[in-house]
Amino acid sequence: MSLTLTGIIKLVFGWLHIPEFLVQPTVMIVAAAIILGFILLVVLYLVYGLRKVMGWIQARIGPNRVGWEGLAQTIADALKLLTKEDIIPKNADKWPFIIAPIIVFVPAYMVYLVIPFGKGNGWVVQDLNIGILYVVAVLAIPTIGIITAGWSSNNKWSLLGAFRAAAQIISYDIPLVLAMVPAVMLAGTLSTQGIVNAQQGTWFGIFPRWFIVSQGVGFIIYLLAALAESNMTPFDIMEAESELVAGFNTEYSGMKFALFFLAEFASMFTVSAIAVTLFFGGWLPIHPSLSFIPPVIWFLGKAAVFIFVIMWIRSTLPRVRVDQLMSFGWKVLIPVALLNIAWTGLLVILA
Amino acid sequence: MPFDLHSINLFDMGKQFVFTLTLQKISFLAVAFMTFASAVAVVTMKNIFHSLLFLVLTFLGVAGIYLLLSADFLAAVQVLVYIGAITVLIMFALMLTSKLMAKRVSQTMEQWIVALPVTLGILVVLIRLVVLNPWGMKAAPAGPTTGIIGTSLMTKYLLPFELASIVLLVAVVGAILLAKEDKSDDPS
Repeated sequence: MSLTLTGIIKLVFGWLHIPEFLVQPTVMIVAAAIILGFILLVVLYLVYGLRKVMGWIQARIGPNRVGWEGLAQTIADALKLLTKEDIIPKNADKWPFIIAPIIVFVPAYMVYLVIPFGKGNGWVVQDLNIGILYVVAVLAIPTIGIITAGWSSNNKWSLLGAFRAAAQIISYDIPLVLAMVPAVMLAGTLSTQGIVNAQQGTWFGIFPRWFIVSQGVGFIIYLLAALAESNMTPFDIMEAESELVAGFNTEYSGMKFALFFLAEFASMFTVSAIAVTLFFGGWLPIHPSLSFIPPVIWFLGKAAVFIFVIMWIRSTLPRVRVDQLMSFGWKVLIPVALLNIAWTGLLVILA
Repeated sequence: MPFDLHSINLFDMGKQFVFTLTLQKISFLAVAFMTFASAVAVVTMKNIFHSLLFLVLTFLGVAGIYLLLSADFLAAVQVLVYIGAITVLIMFALMLTSKLMAKRVSQTMEQWIVALPVTLGILVVLIRLVVLNPWGMKAAPAGPTTGIIGTSLMTKYLLPFELASIVLLVAVVGAILLAKEDKSDDPS
């Protein structure tokens, strides 16, 4: 993305006689704007997609009034949210209450820095050499925002939600990272593009050499832990509408609520994109003979499949109980993830 | 241009310091100011939760300084461990402590007169140490550090690494022992 972008901006700046040293900052700002636009677009249609898929699974129609087949429904909803009154409860702790949605949204946006949308440096904003570690580190920050939101609302439901968030994220951070380790071991690099490149080629000329072949268990642990980390059903105990009103965001309205919403759906895409990168060959085609389809289409297509899987899980499974969630994380996911690392180590040594 | 600690001389702000402000130095000063200011806020805030939020900013600032020294792996680990795990744990403990959240606590008490000379003494020692120590370090050129850290942990620093693991293991065993219910005393 930025490679061609640099070229275009250099050309325009040269034509307008703008000094050379401004090119790099402009490229960064434009790239950030493109990513933000992408997130807004994706979230807009993920919300619509979720409501449609959930509707079909529950034998309903879903949104179908605004625009053709309800396609403009989310736009209408977003406009409605923007015009809502912004309420800050009288007894809330004002500044933490205001910054909490920002702490939640900004990291969800920052992760897109290393997502490899396509082949080469032109399709990733910045291919950091600590790529996957960067993802894990940045995704750890929103927890602070969720707890801050729950605490500063000065509401018992919010505080209970924050409580659950702290316990859940502490427990599920560990299996999430442990599930990512085998893919890094197999690739020998933390860079997201490097991990995708390590999955090139085929077994016996038919099966793609994706890490899912030896990492089925790792993938399942990753998916479960990532669902829990990004607060999605069946692990959304910190929001739990039927128990806690709306959990940590009970008191939020208007734009602040919209930011929480945006962050949730932005991380739905992130979870799928990282799953595709680590286990399903990123932008690589399923067979080299299909490489006439552009890599970016492959990447977005695979991500769409996992987004569908997440929506499917979301609309069919009931919410887990708090104690079940904790014991499952500590007694099942972590030991299995550790065994999986040991087995991968064996594979790497033997190969 | 690699970041050079020599060119920042806190006690002699000569012309070299004034005229060679590069982007890196500006970022260092910004990050250092943020770290320092939020660290001061941590110990002066009346509300303990606000202190904690400033502690997060302090940790972020330290990560920023690691980044300026081109230790990107360390910076990411700093964010992951200190912000993602330790702060969340402290928040959890805070919420478990009843009535502490709403209270305005004072961070000073009558004994501050006794504490002052002690802390000042420690400060003097630290400042002397920082000023006298020949800081031979220059930031390595930016590059992958992950492999280097892994190799040195497994070869040169193997013993400290293993010792740290044993310390952590002991802590884990101790925590489990404390948390475990004693079944033999339970009459039911």
